[in-house]
Amino acid sequence: MITLLFFLSSGLFLGWSLGANDAANIFGTAVGSRMVKFRQAAVIGSIFVIIGAVVQGAGANDTLGKLGSVSTLAAAFTVALSAAATVYWMTRLRLPVSTSQAIVGAIIGWNLYTNNQTDFNTLTKIVTTWISGPVLGGIFAALLYMLTRKVLNRVRFHLFYRDVTIRLGLILIGGFGAYSLGANNIANVMGVFTTAVRFPDIHFGIITLSGTQQLFAIGGVAIAIGIITYSKRVMETVGNTLMPLTSEAALVVVLSQALVLFIFSSQSLSNALVSLGLPPIPLVPVSSSQVVIGSIIGIGLLKGGKQIKYKVLGQISVGWIATPVIAGIVSFFLLFFIHNVFKQDVGFKTITHPAPVSQQQASDKLNAADTIVMHQAKQINKPVQNREGESSLNYGWIVSMFLLIVLMGVVYYFLLREKKMQVSEQEKIDDLENLVALKAKSLEQEMEHYKEEHQNLDKELKYQQKEMVNMAMNIIRKYEIVGQIKEDINKIKKSVKEDEARKALNKVILKINQNLLLDRDRESFQMHLEEHNSNFMHRLSEAYPGLTENEKRLATLLRMNLSSKEIASILNISPKSVEMNRYRLRKKLQIPPKENLTQFIRSF
Amino acid sequence: MSILFKNVKELVLEVDEFLSTVEQGVLIFKQGVYNYLDKQEDAFFDNIKNIERLEAVADKLQRKIDRELYLHSILPQHASDIEEMIDKVDEIIDAAKESLYEFDVEIPYIPDELINDYKRLVDSSVDAAAAVFPAVTTFFREPVKVKGMLTKVYFYEKESDKLSRNIKRRLFHEMEDLKLSQKIHLRYFALHIETISDKAELLADYLSINALKFNL
Repeated sequence: MITLLFFLSSGLFLGWSLGANDAANIFGTAVGSRMVKFRQAAVIGSIFVIIGAVVQGAGANDTLGKLGSVSTLAAAFTVALSAAATVYWMTRLRLPVSTSQAIVGAIIGWNLYTNNQTDFNTLTKIVTTWISGPVLGGIFAALLYMLTRKVLNRVRFHLFYRDVTIRLGLILIGGFGAYSLGANNIANVMGVFTTAVRFPDIHFGIITLSGTQQLFAIGGVAIAIGIITYSKRVMETVGNTLMPLTSEAALVVVLSQALVLFIFSSQSLSNALVSLGLPPIPLVPVSSSQVVIGSIIGIGLLKGGKQIKYKVLGQISVGWIATPVIAGIVSFFLLFFIHNVFKQDVGFKTITHPAPVSQQQASDKLNAADTIVMHQAKQINKPVQNREGESSLNYGWIVSMFLLIVLMGVVYYFLLREKKMQVSEQEKIDDLENLVALKAKSLEQEMEHYKEEHQNLDKELKYQQKEMVNMAMNIIRKYEIVGQIKEDINKIKKSVKEDEARKALNKVILKINQNLLLDRDRESFQMHLEEHNSNFMHRLSEAYPGLTENEKRLATLLRMNLSSKEIASILNISPKSVEMNRYRLRKKLQIPPKENLTQFIRSF
Repeated sequence: MSILFKNVKELVLEVDEFLSTVEQGVLIFKQGVYNYLDKQEDAFFDNIKNIERLEAVADKLQRKIDRELYLHSILPQHASDIEEMIDKVDEIIDAAKESLYEFDVEIPYIPDELINDYKRLVDSSVDAAAAVFPAVTTFFREPVKVKGMLTKVYFYEKESDKLSRNIKRRLFHEMEDLKLSQKIHLRYFALHIETISDKAELLADYLSINALKFNL
């Protein structure tokens, strides 16, 4: 049992990494955007992956079996380990990778090493689905997206209801996606073990679990553990690598992926097509990541293709070719290692000897049989293999192959290291650029903010100055009018001879003078003046402590560019007094005779 | 899942109630200014009490909406946008309440020849706000139609600007009998009333950007 578990461990590891990575294709956007809680996604994903694997996993597994029926447990272990190692390292190096392609590459590596024939028809079928899968995903996504948009635009859905409906959709379709993932991809995880491991059937009432289904259930559990233990990180970091997605688009992408994976694993659907006289569907494990990419591109093209990052697409295409090649090489090398170092049977193709016959028959056919064996041995230029499956390959050829693989490995290692360094440097540069851009943006915003604030303050200042000047002008006009009235009354007074009338006119003049002295407008103006120029007056007092309050007020009025006459009106003194005050102020400020007082004050 | 749908139903009702409360508040503001201008003191004080109550209800609803959006993780990617929008709606009733308080506390003297001008300003400013509320409701149901509904808001806002400018011009150029302090005082009251339409315009700008975001 322990030996069996040990040999299964590579498959289980492959299952774990599939669960950790591919669950993000189903629930990544939903969890990343906080539409669905991770716990919810993990539970639904785990349950449906196991159900899909057990119920519908057989179809894709048969095709993989036709490509190469890995016959021994050690070989199955090695093939699964090669695929898992390839997936693990390529993921670590951030290279796009697919479990389906890795396992196919590893099986071909096994075929090559053990001299088993690769069925090119099956291989062509599989490779065709690697292309048709994403294309079909793209077509489904484009059609479903159009339909979703139409429905959403027609139905008057409240945004909150729309959100909850999409969330419900993400959960239901996520369940379907997980089911399809289990059905289609379980062959990648456990397919290579189905020939070597045979469990007896288990009966649960009307349900019977075959040995293969039990194996798939174990693989499904490994995938579920991968989902529960590690996929959260992948889901939370799943970003808009290829194109930014809305929640509706995410829903469509998951549904398209689930449909494609379902189609390529459903035996009943294929049979239904055959019964209608149509060609059967090839039941092949398809890369869920690549179908997702195809679906996103489908939506992107529908939207005009401007948002698609074609550089990322190019990198993904490279992974398409690199994955099976690398997995094949790794598998070949590991099989050599397991076979020669650990002396394990890796399932070499055997040529069976004729059954034992009687001495008479033997003597009759001896020459002919010897001739056949010698002829076969000559033809294939290899020694005949014994029943234990011992290697009879030319060791010189193996050593040179080994050296070639090591050389390729070293070259690949250095290439990857260089790429990794480039990537990390590029990341640093990108981070730095992002940081600089962010800082520049924040500075720009700050500047914009200050500029706006400055403009507002400037406007306010101008407005207030305008108000002050208006106020001053009102006072001046009032003073002028009152002055004219005073002059008119004086004239009338001169022409009037009656004493009583003259006395009455004198009273009026006195009232006017008193009113001018108590003028509230002037008081309020002077108050405003001091308030708005407090900063200027403070600076003036600090620089010239000997200045009186009246002189400071005069300086403030001069700062407003008012003439002596206007100032006289505001201060209710004669223009002559203003001139005198100006002279005194000039002396106190120690301004040279050639310099203009107003200009000096305005520039102070 | 049915619990989630029930919560959403409650939230939808709360948002609708919040919008209707703010709308009522704005209409009360209009009534209040009218009553002040017509020297209907009792009615004016009733209006102040009403707007105080409505503003308190709006604040309570706003807090409830904020809490529930996060608690049930509804529209998680746009929750902050929705909250900011609700906040901008609330600012309208805040401004209306503050403005009525200013009338109550400062008791501005409004000359008879300006009463009609102030009434027209209140009408226009409140019309701008009243035009923005249906757009908010539509935003939640058909974001694509929001942009077309904002034309009225911008029109009434411009109209309010014009009327307010007109009042200020009349104050400083024609009303020589008024003291400068009175002119400045009245100018500020034109500004207070105009604030309602300014807030409505800000909300309209925000709505138009977000409607675009939701339509993408």
